[in-house]
Amino acid sequence: MTVWKWGVALLALAATGGASAMAAESDDTIVLGAAVSLTGNYSTNGKNTKDGYELAVKRVNEMGGVNVGGKAYKLKVVYYDDESTPARGAQLVERLINQDGVKYILGPYSSGLTKAIAPVTEKYKIPMVEANGADRDLFTQGYRYTFGVLSTAEQYLTEAVNLAAEVGKAQGRDLKTFKVAIVVENDPFSADVRNGVVDDAKRFGMPIVIDDKFPRDINDMTPSLTKVRALKPDLLVVSGHDKGALLGARSVYEGRVDVPMMAMTHCDSAQVAEKFGKNADYILCGSQWDRSLKYSDKWFGTAEEYAVRFQKEFNYAPPYQGAESTAGVLVYVDAFTRAGTLDVEKVRDAIATTDLATIYGQVKFDETGKNVAKPMVLYQIQNGEYKLVAPTKVASAKFLYPTPAWTERMK
Amino acid sequence: MRALGFAAVAVGAILALAAPFLLPNYVAQFAILWMMVLLALTWDLIGGQMGYNSFGNIVFFGIGCYAAAVVQRSLDVEYFAGLALGGIAGLVLAVAAALVLGSGILRLRGQYFAICTLGLGVAAGELASGWDFIGAGGGMTAPVYPGSPRGAGVFFYYLFLVLAVVCFLTLRALYARRFGLVANAIRDDEDKAEAMGLPTTQYKVAAWMIAAAFLSLAGAAYGHLQGFIDPRDIAFSGETLGVWMVLMAILGGSGTLWGPVVGAIVFDVTQEVFWTYLLGWQRVALGVLIVVIVVFFPQGIIGFLAERWPERFGSRRVSSLLVPDKVS
Amino acid sequence: MDNLLVLWQAPTLTLQLLIDGVLVGAIYCLPAYGMALVWGVMKIINVAQGDFVMLGGYVALYVSYAGIHPMFGVPVAAAVLFVFGWIVYQLVIRHIVDRDLFVSVLATFGISIVLQQLANQLFSANVETAEANLGSTYLFGSTIVVGNIKLVAVAIALVLAVVLFLFLKHSRLGQAIRATAQNPRAARILGIETSQVFAMTYALNAAICGAAGALVVQIWIIHPYIGLTYTIRAFMIVVVAGLGNIAGVVLAGLGLGAAEQFASFLLGAEYQAAFVFSLLVVILLWRSQMLARRRLYLK
Repeated sequence: MTVWKWGVALLALAATGGASAMAAESDDTIVLGAAVSLTGNYSTNGKNTKDGYELAVKRVNEMGGVNVGGKAYKLKVVYYDDESTPARGAQLVERLINQDGVKYILGPYSSGLTKAIAPVTEKYKIPMVEANGADRDLFTQGYRYTFGVLSTAEQYLTEAVNLAAEVGKAQGRDLKTFKVAIVVENDPFSADVRNGVVDDAKRFGMPIVIDDKFPRDINDMTPSLTKVRALKPDLLVVSGHDKGALLGARSVYEGRVDVPMMAMTHCDSAQVAEKFGKNADYILCGSQWDRSLKYSDKWFGTAEEYAVRFQKEFNYAPPYQGAESTAGVLVYVDAFTRAGTLDVEKVRDAIATTDLATIYGQVKFDETGKNVAKPMVLYQIQNGEYKLVAPTKVASAKFLYPTPAWTERMK
Repeated sequence: MRALGFAAVAVGAILALAAPFLLPNYVAQFAILWMMVLLALTWDLIGGQMGYNSFGNIVFFGIGCYAAAVVQRSLDVEYFAGLALGGIAGLVLAVAAALVLGSGILRLRGQYFAICTLGLGVAAGELASGWDFIGAGGGMTAPVYPGSPRGAGVFFYYLFLVLAVVCFLTLRALYARRFGLVANAIRDDEDKAEAMGLPTTQYKVAAWMIAAAFLSLAGAAYGHLQGFIDPRDIAFSGETLGVWMVLMAILGGSGTLWGPVVGAIVFDVTQEVFWTYLLGWQRVALGVLIVVIVVFFPQGIIGFLAERWPERFGSRRVSSLLVPDKVS
Repeated sequence: MDNLLVLWQAPTLTLQLLIDGVLVGAIYCLPAYGMALVWGVMKIINVAQGDFVMLGGYVALYVSYAGIHPMFGVPVAAAVLFVFGWIVYQLVIRHIVDRDLFVSVLATFGISIVLQQLANQLFSANVETAEANLGSTYLFGSTIVVGNIKLVAVAIALVLAVVLFLFLKHSRLGQAIRATAQNPRAARILGIETSQVFAMTYALNAAICGAAGALVVQIWIIHPYIGLTYTIRAFMIVVVAGLGNIAGVVLAGLGLGAAEQFASFLLGAEYQAAFVFSLLVVILLWRSQMLARRRLYLK
């Protein structure tokens, strides 16, 4: 029974160990908290997220910090590693709020993790500005404290489906014969990309002939592509973070699968064009942001200047995951200033009324907390490079259609 | 000696009851701590006491998770009533699953049982992530706790504390009876136990059903505590909770009553410390710890103590892992 | 059922799926040989198997970064992993050789998560792939297409199987390995340094996995957390084929590859993994049922 003594001793140890972990709060610093994926499946994009936050914090502090009611505050972010698992993410946010006394949360990477964290911030009535959770589900729960600066997942490939309808009509085809094939990863984000494509296709009356969800530990996409070969869809949609993009691009060209039009997500962060060059040509990629867009703000100047600064700091070109994370911090900075106080409820209200120009685009939330002011863009890989092809307002290249057959391309 | 033991238990009980008020900021972590204790205890019932090392117990946890959330979603009742009904639904489903699966799988022996349960755990997670009714890969959301966050923390703390204590007392009562002797007989030599006329499969299935009952209740509460249920990372989280329950039991000393309790507490606290201070390297530390535990302390903390001070901790053989069973 | 109809209408697709499946299965065979070897000789289930595959992939990737064709990464990865496996043996495995199988599962699980996170910190978690640029082959007109790299991989897998078989049968070390597998005590009495044999066996296993990884990075993708996929498949193959049966491992591996392709095609990709793992459970139950009739147990 003496075992209990050990138990008690350990509990005491736990208590002291934990207590010293308290974040040192000083009165001229605003502390934001973030659980991001530094390890695990999402750690590449998790790092993009963290770098985006860091760059914003650094820049804001360089420029004198945040002015709240006439007093300048420095920004600081406390990070934890959520290991890409939702359970850990939720626990860590609980810890950020309870033990570290953080009053403002920045989102994690990926929809799944954001979905796990949102109930926690909601419970504590602590605002979360998230930049990487695109699942629409997040904004249909009636959450009052969750704000997403990015366009929701169902919009990722809307432009691609629109383009498909356009070329279909131009050819004088009945869109009811314009077949769509969907191959996505079985995770919250990709599932919502799929739902978006299904809705868009329904709008145009396009039939969906393949609807596959591949498992997370996928290593081979050929069965789905064999279906594509058999059913000959006019549009193939692939989504599944970086590995989905890489596997999709590679399997299509290695299997010489002919599809007139192929659209994906995450090409830029997976570096599809850099890795496969011309073999990845004609692929369309939905993206949240591009450095060539004419967005600008008072912290970084233009999007291009932001990209240069990012590259200098971290030695890689910023994917949109970095830019949107930066925007997440900027939303807080703007809201603190407009609220003029650090009262959590007032800051939340200030966030809700945000209407801010950033290098990532305009940020303006609707009543559910999602950003409705920023459009998605669509790249096409042409000659091994990303070219903006839609929407037409910002396009810098012409959309090439249809994709020539592989027998032509390999000549 | 006995008086001292009682005193220790009394102090521990008071601390456990008062923890949410002594350290209000840690209440969520302590709630998880009690869940870990429960997980380790239920694993040890079948793993340590009977020698059936299962990697698939997480299945019952996941069933509880989803059952409670589905009940909350489909019945229009108040939060606590929904949780209670969901817990009962999960319990019934999980126990039934243990009965059906157990009567087949528990006939396997040794590593084949371990691998089969591993397959079962992964398959359950994958099936759940393909099933649209429960949100497929997108997961499910449990309702938000109606009340203050403090209240939620305290509520779940006591819920897990009660579950863990009831589980502990149930197992203690079982181990003190014939059941405990049969369990150990199965572990030590199943063929002989069978030859003596013991219905070993029935005992094994019964043990799995008891474990399933507690696991499903823990799952129901955990799903509600998290508020979000992901098929592979929260409900059927074989790579984390599923393996940890094994490690915690072994760390403390599998095959003992107190071992899993001690192991869970030490493991959970260590893990929290690693996560706080070793950002990015915590899993390296955890992996090294696992290797060190199983390689150098396979008898666990309680086993180690029993070896050093048998007069104080009892000299009962504690672990099947100590027996070199092949190369001799 | 629609999918079945598609197959019925286009029979060449069945052939395409079968060929793809066999090619996938050939890759699974490599870590499975290694696992069968280590399991049979040392009575150790090596959960870090897939992580050796992953490390082999990174070796080949860095070879390709150095401007060398990634195919040369295959021998380099094998050599590097051989040394690595030997080190792991000396550090950890040595201590658990004569313990319960379950101890080996847990200990190698620990090694596995250490390797995963070390790879994460060293190479970052980027999903990587190396280009072999070997082109593709059209069969039967243009109805079936196979990446040449997959054909090469199959050839390498088969050659390795034969070499391994001959090595175990005829070489001095191979005979020592087999003797140790049969009866370590007798082998020791006969003057075989069993600890040396174990170290060599484990290192050899790591080398085979390394070679497999070098192929995987050229055929699919690698990232630090890909290992478990290969570990679990290797497990299944060995369980089905039994120990000490290279031909069985090859057959089971190819069969698993084909089964996965058809399951994914017919049931939808979301049920591919569920199918594979349910299959594992069913196979084990079936085998134990068969043995139970003879009053035996799977042991």
